[in-house]
Amino acid sequence: MKALEKIIHNLDPKFEKGGKWEKMYPLYETLSTFLFTPKHVTKKGAHIRDGVDLKRTMFMVVLALIPCLLFGIYNTGHWHYEIQSYVNPALEGYRDYLTGFGDKVIYGLIKVLPLVIVSYAAGLAVEFVFGFIKGHGLHEGFLVSGMLIPLTMPADVPLWMVAIATIFAVVIGKEVFGGTGMNILNVALTARAFLYFAYPTAMSGDKVWKSGTDDMLVQAGNVMPDGASGATALGDLASFVGDSPVVAGKVMSSSDDLVAAFESAYDPIHAFIGMIPGSVGETSTLAALLGGAILIFTGVASWRIILSFFAGGMLFGLLMNGVGANAYMDLPGYYHLIIGGFAFGAVFMATDPVTAAQTSWGKIWYGLLGGALTVLIRVLNPAYPEGIMLAILFMNVMAPLIDHYVVQTNIKRRQKRFKTA
Amino acid sequence: MSESVEKVKAPSEPLFSKKNKKLITDPLSDNNPITIQVLGICSALAITVQVEQAFFMSASVLFVLIFGNLSISLLRNLIPSRVRIIVQLVVVASLVIIVNEVLQAFVPDVSEKLSVFVGLIITNCIIMGRFEAFAMGNKPWPSVLDAVGNAVGYAWILLVVAIFREVLGSGKFWGMEILPQGFYEMGYMNNNLMILPPMALIVVGIIIWIQRSKNPTLVEEH
Repeated sequence: MKALEKIIHNLDPKFEKGGKWEKMYPLYETLSTFLFTPKHVTKKGAHIRDGVDLKRTMFMVVLALIPCLLFGIYNTGHWHYEIQSYVNPALEGYRDYLTGFGDKVIYGLIKVLPLVIVSYAAGLAVEFVFGFIKGHGLHEGFLVSGMLIPLTMPADVPLWMVAIATIFAVVIGKEVFGGTGMNILNVALTARAFLYFAYPTAMSGDKVWKSGTDDMLVQAGNVMPDGASGATALGDLASFVGDSPVVAGKVMSSSDDLVAAFESAYDPIHAFIGMIPGSVGETSTLAALLGGAILIFTGVASWRIILSFFAGGMLFGLLMNGVGANAYMDLPGYYHLIIGGFAFGAVFMATDPVTAAQTSWGKIWYGLLGGALTVLIRVLNPAYPEGIMLAILFMNVMAPLIDHYVVQTNIKRRQKRFKTA
Repeated sequence: MSESVEKVKAPSEPLFSKKNKKLITDPLSDNNPITIQVLGICSALAITVQVEQAFFMSASVLFVLIFGNLSISLLRNLIPSRVRIIVQLVVVASLVIIVNEVLQAFVPDVSEKLSVFVGLIITNCIIMGRFEAFAMGNKPWPSVLDAVGNAVGYAWILLVVAIFREVLGSGKFWGMEILPQGFYEMGYMNNNLMILPPMALIVVGIIIWIQRSKNPTLVEEH
């Protein structure tokens, strides 16, 4: 290790200004700081609170995402075999969650790894181009975005769409504002929102959530076989607002007790563990909370945002129970926290230190309003079954305003104290 | 604007002198009404979904601006400055009505698609801006040149944005399919976001970005 470090640092002068390989400095800087902590030392006044630099902070987030990734890989495999089993009787045993573990893992890997690779390749290529133009090394921010993007996609999304969305998000969402640390909107959610509006058929509906649904439909003669359903829990719930409510593929009449039917179709424990169809990494609340625990323990993410986000969702869910204007509103509040991407968004997206509110009270307001807005979008607008993406993007835009009022209140409070004293 | 100033001016200036040429070329790039002055954005977002609409919109603006600038410039010494906005409005409104009637008579389907946006040319900031900033203080010929420059500056941005939006958003150009069917069979899909207004803003933003990185003097000091 020492020897390698010595060799690398001996190369330093060749890459510095006037050196032989001056033009390649960004590449060199990226690789050397990726391997070793940079040897820069603060020269004037001490500002260091912690020896951890941005690359290692970001790496912590990637580490915290591993549970979601692993669970997502398995979940993708499971729902693929589940939907296939309706046209292939030999696979019927695979409807049990743990049967065929190896097959499901392998299928999941084949589906999910290319997403991760394409997302990283596209994003890092853009970052390198901008790094070369601006003469700095690779910005670290994309290490996390590159992992978040594939986890927010349905497993069947075409790879070229992932590449386009990633390039769009990094260029328009981040680089135009000045690169890492300057963006207004969360980069990963920008990528998802881009795809959501640009290619709605690949990102929503009831044919994309279980990998291979299209193939299955071709074999079944373009009709959903009895008992099969390609919709997510949120998709079912969104149909409660319309005229023909559906629960797990069964069309219900509006006189039925929809909430009870939903509860029996989507067991809360299963939903909490993540055994429901959805985007690759979003389904498991358990895995997200595990990641959240790592982030809070290492001090990377703010516990205020995570906690208040859940509280906001829960409280607003209860409030909606009180209103009860449609069947969706009668859904017990805690369900909102365990279905869809609520936990994943609250833990990994809302806490993005660049786009979230910065003040302590601001973070609490930011989380509360974000959670409430997520539930509001879900229960009121069936066109957007998953509210969290739009809710977090909206709160990203509002974060500076929240901070402004928190700071102003603080100033006013102190002025008052000063006057009375 | 007093008459004595005009008498002093050299009587024989060539029609396309350097100064006059600049009136046309400036608004095309370094003083573009959309990308630099950020005027007329509303119509740039609204009618750039199809190239055809953008073309007829640009043509209408060209017509209104040329004849508007000419009339205002001819009237400039007669208009009392306290009521000049009203007079300008009357001029532009009459011209827009003419344009609207012509469009309805000869290209009814385009006129239907443009609907209210033809009428809204009256409130297009570029037109009132040119009347107020140029035609009120200059002779007819430079005013016409200024109108041509600004209208064409507006038009090329509109057309570029419309080409991007129509080709990427619906795979067409001027209403004709231009992407080979094989593309779609390979899994290509039209980008629905391109049809939505936000994408027009982003495309205009990208044009502004390219323009400013080519000419750094346009970048404001912070």
